[in-house]
Amino acid sequence: MTKLAPKKLFDGPIVRRAIGESLAKLDPRRMIKNPVMFVVEIGSMFTTILFVHALASRDTDTSPGFVGAVSIWLWFTVLFANFAEAMAEGRGKAQADALRKARKDVPAIVLDEPTQDAKRHEKPSSQLQAGDFVLVEAGAIIPGDGEIVQGVASVNESAITGESAPVIRESGGDHSAVTGGTTVLSDWLIVKITTQPGQSFLDRMISMVEGAKRKKTPNEIALDILLAGLTIVFLLVTVTLWPFSRFAVKEAMNAGGMGTVVSLTVLVALLVCLIPTTIGGLLSAIGIAGMDRMIQANVIATSGRAVEAAGDVDVLLLDKTGTITHGNRQATAFLPAKGVTEAQLAEAAVLSSLADDTPEGKSIVSLGVGKLGKTVTAPSSATFVPFTAQTRMSGVDFDGRSIRKGASDAIGKYVAALRSGGLPPEVRTTVDDVAKKGSTPLVVCDGNTVLGVVQLADIVKDGIKERFTEMRRMGIKTVMITGDNPLTAAAIAAEAGVDGFLAEATPEAKLAMIREYQEKGHLVAMTGDGTNDAPALAQADVAVAMNSGTQAAKEAGNMVDLDSNPTKLLEIVTVGKQMLMTRGALTTFSIANDVSKYFAIIPAAFVGTYPQLGALNVMGLHSPTSAVMSAVIFNALIIIALIPLALRGIKIRPAPAPVVLRRNLLVYGLGGLVMPFPFIKLIDVIISSLGLG
Amino acid sequence: MTGAGIAQIVAYAIALVALGIPLGAYMVRVYTGNARFAQKLLGPVERGMYRAFGIDPKREHGWKQYAVAVMMFNFFGCVLVYAMQRLQGHLPGNPLHVPGVDPRVAFNTAISFGTNTNWQAYGGESTMSHFVQAAALGVQNFVSAATGMAVLVALTRAFKKKQVDELGNFWVDLTRSTLYILVPLAVVTTVVLVVQGVPQTTHASDHIVLMDAQADVTTQDIAVGPVASQVAIKQLGTNGGGFYNVNSAHPLENPSPASNFIEMLAILLIPAALCFTFGRMVGSRRQGVAILVAMTLLVLPFLALTLHEEQAGNKAIATLHVDQSATSEQAGGNMEGKETRFGISASSLWATTTTAASNGSVNSMHDSYTPLGGLSPIVLIALGEVAFGGVGSGLYGMLIFAIVAVFIAGLMVGRTPEFLGKKIEAYEMKMASLAILVPVAATLIGTGIACLVDETWAKALANHGPHGFSEVLYAFTSQGNNNGSAFGGLTASGTFYTTAGGICMWVARYWIIIPTLAIAGSLARKKIIPPSTGTLPTDGVMFTLLLCGSVILVGALSFLPALALGPIVEHLFL
Repeated sequence: MTKLAPKKLFDGPIVRRAIGESLAKLDPRRMIKNPVMFVVEIGSMFTTILFVHALASRDTDTSPGFVGAVSIWLWFTVLFANFAEAMAEGRGKAQADALRKARKDVPAIVLDEPTQDAKRHEKPSSQLQAGDFVLVEAGAIIPGDGEIVQGVASVNESAITGESAPVIRESGGDHSAVTGGTTVLSDWLIVKITTQPGQSFLDRMISMVEGAKRKKTPNEIALDILLAGLTIVFLLVTVTLWPFSRFAVKEAMNAGGMGTVVSLTVLVALLVCLIPTTIGGLLSAIGIAGMDRMIQANVIATSGRAVEAAGDVDVLLLDKTGTITHGNRQATAFLPAKGVTEAQLAEAAVLSSLADDTPEGKSIVSLGVGKLGKTVTAPSSATFVPFTAQTRMSGVDFDGRSIRKGASDAIGKYVAALRSGGLPPEVRTTVDDVAKKGSTPLVVCDGNTVLGVVQLADIVKDGIKERFTEMRRMGIKTVMITGDNPLTAAAIAAEAGVDGFLAEATPEAKLAMIREYQEKGHLVAMTGDGTNDAPALAQADVAVAMNSGTQAAKEAGNMVDLDSNPTKLLEIVTVGKQMLMTRGALTTFSIANDVSKYFAIIPAAFVGTYPQLGALNVMGLHSPTSAVMSAVIFNALIIIALIPLALRGIKIRPAPAPVVLRRNLLVYGLGGLVMPFPFIKLIDVIISSLGLG
Repeated sequence: MTGAGIAQIVAYAIALVALGIPLGAYMVRVYTGNARFAQKLLGPVERGMYRAFGIDPKREHGWKQYAVAVMMFNFFGCVLVYAMQRLQGHLPGNPLHVPGVDPRVAFNTAISFGTNTNWQAYGGESTMSHFVQAAALGVQNFVSAATGMAVLVALTRAFKKKQVDELGNFWVDLTRSTLYILVPLAVVTTVVLVVQGVPQTTHASDHIVLMDAQADVTTQDIAVGPVASQVAIKQLGTNGGGFYNVNSAHPLENPSPASNFIEMLAILLIPAALCFTFGRMVGSRRQGVAILVAMTLLVLPFLALTLHEEQAGNKAIATLHVDQSATSEQAGGNMEGKETRFGISASSLWATTTTAASNGSVNSMHDSYTPLGGLSPIVLIALGEVAFGGVGSGLYGMLIFAIVAVFIAGLMVGRTPEFLGKKIEAYEMKMASLAILVPVAATLIGTGIACLVDETWAKALANHGPHGFSEVLYAFTSQGNNNGSAFGGLTASGTFYTTAGGICMWVARYWIIIPTLAIAGSLARKKIIPPSTGTLPTDGVMFTLLLCGSVILVGALSFLPALALGPIVEHLFL
């Protein structure tokens, strides 16, 4: 395992489990958390009592069949909403089960002191306390989250990240954090446990994906209040309709007419149709599904609040290296010295780099081979001179030639030792020019002849500029953070198309910048991995820590990216926005639906007293009972029909806010207004043709 | 609709905007303390009042203190009005020697004038002495309007405040609204009305020898008094309580087409101008205009409906082959309950504006309108008095709707909703929901109870069937939204209607003011988020339409069943 792979929307076992769950969720103590659906449940109970009453007392006007049918469909409405929630939770649960397998209890070797020869004893991993030192040897599972205090080892973290390539973990620096449940492949580590039992990263992850600790997010609470307010309005509308109707009947009777007061069943049906059940039923599913989509992107959020905040972010602070540019500098040009051809320089540069395994070296080879149009091989007699911190050069010696490449001052000294003068002036100028552009110059020489300069530059990732343009269209500002000097930073910023940059960034400068943006009212998101990022991560509104980073960074952030891919920030923002948009769209849809339901139920309810109101039956529904039934059935089925939308989220395309609003208003507002008419009519036709209405 | 009718409506719109823009700008100067000329002139009065009441005009209040000041001021105002009515027999300025007012009517009237509703469960000239009309009701006409304006200004300021508690000083806002805005406008309007022939005198009645004497009637006593001043402020302050029982249908309250035009203009003048004031004060004139456009868009279809229905006349009469078309000889249409000197257009326009604004004055009898012609006024009131609405109260009501619309729209664009840079969160939604819920509840519950107790207790119906229901619905809609206009046909002075109506008016006024101030307090404490392309613009076409849609949808969804049983079925009967 456990790549948290996207699953089919309606996965067999998940559906089966969800069906069971939707019955369990009928418990009123659980229902009351969702005021809208709680009202529907009360309505279902009430109509059930009316049904029993109608059966018992044969003399009532209302047919038990009708009351029973309404009652059944009201129960379905509740169940469908529960099913939606259970489906969303079920997908998380399936993932949690897989994670749980990684959290098996393993024996841990506990050391009294953090040295290998200290006294050791065994303890099950579930009983490890923060502060314990444990020794983990090759092949063993790391028993808990912690910091490495001694040792270097390769660790397989696939249980958490799904990535099977091992990673190096060592004490000190930014790669000292280990996660419980991962496996040491080689060497050994002494780890200081940093979490209490039950609070490990894996535990938190499991509880997040299961939704066990799911708290309502701020916008969800606000929407809940609005929906509760609407529910009260409609409660008043339906409750007062009874005296209105009674008055109308009495007046009609006084005038020699006839009529019956609207029945309680019809009033309950009207109430349920009017209150925003569509959004009320799907609201929690949308939230859970949002978290779920985060998890599928391999991002663990510590709270739903963080996911929601991601949608609000309007400033992204992005580290240059790894996010905007490929982590390593690459050769982009050969700039030969006077009297040297580009081919000569290229060949020499390639020869000197053949044994160089660094990304820079490889990039020189590939650029050179491309320029020369043929492969270059060194004779078998060649001896390669590796790079050392002292010489700061590497190269190759063969046939009496000694080719070297290195930093300009290193080569300058090397050449000066062989002949007087050092670097020729025009090479010196080239070196300066390259440096000014923000790139790194490497000088190549053959013996005491300086051949020229290889330009190494930061390469901006493919497609990143387009991503930033999208972000800008959505109103999000991107700021590049780099340790480079302002000149270099400006050059790369221009190339990548970011809106701003922070050069020569220190952790303090980063923190100050976040505070400054927040002071102006912006919401800031950033990624980070080092311990020195922790203060900035803690300050940012959305802080994504890299899983490869230190424990301190992970603690400070409110999300952890298991793939340790800083570009993920862009996806995180999208998921956050999508969650809000889905809620807004379904709320609009739900409220717009009410108009059609009025046209179904109002004439049905009062046509007995005022036959003239039949004129409002614009859908030409068969009979009052079939009209009420059709509205109730539509109201229940629409919840089921919209589950996929709630779980997947509505489509999101980068566009400015007014464009997005116009599109969503047209689709969900106008659509919600018009769409129910034909469907209610269709249901009515089916009911009446079956002779049920 | 006649050409003259269209011309009148166009002239009305032009005059409204032409006067509204400078007035709006002037009000900004008043509320920010930069009205130099006016302050030079009236500043001593203002400062004198602060000294007299021990007010420190520099001290600003948080929302709770502000709300307490509003409530205290209005509570004592109502108590005072009640006491003066009850004791009017012992008070001066009572040339007709009218006795103390019935306690139920006095209760209803005190709340009615304190809440800027001006529902009248009594006939003005025969129940109230001149002193009570001027010192009790007249004063409330000014200060109840000023209260609404003060609350609006507090909310407006909140949008520009950054992380502070203070909203301003209620006493200062109240004093300035009255002294610098309402009093000067009322003086000007009074003078113009007097020129048009509206009486302004301390006499109680004129004894007239009839020119067209009948056998046994040769003389008539015509009630007069300080009419013009009373009419000016009842129109300007969206009060609506007339000097005479038939309000501005009375020839001495509203003698000429010119006076009619001016009085109509006065109805919407301040509510419209406040939109400009709001726009300027929040630093976005477009925002003010967008809200004004939304209000206009909400009103226009109903104006068109009333005009069309009234001009089309009564179907039942048409079947008798009576000519109801407009010709040079006759106005045509449904002229029952309308003054011939105003005709269909001016009557319909008045009926629309007076219900769009929470004014409630009338120049024709809404009860006599055709079913759909009479549906417009009910719906306009039932929308919560936010399309123009009362002075101050209409705009803050509309801003509450804007907050709800912004919330839904904000979610739809994928951002925590924000309005003018202020985040709209759970607290704002709670208060906004409350403010929207309260008038709906007051109206529906009041009407529901009236239906139940109609025969046993209320005994107020003159008409029966759907029309009787419309009358009850109108009475509670009018009081539950602080409008104050009456459909008529209902005896509103009984125990049930005075008590239930009084409660509705009180609740509908203050349970909106308090949540509104609470929202203001919460907004003032927030940061201002700078706009970006991801921010939903709230001054564009899309949002304006969404705002209209929200108002209509809430109104329609709340009242459609009731309307179906009243005016709609009545229309279908024809």
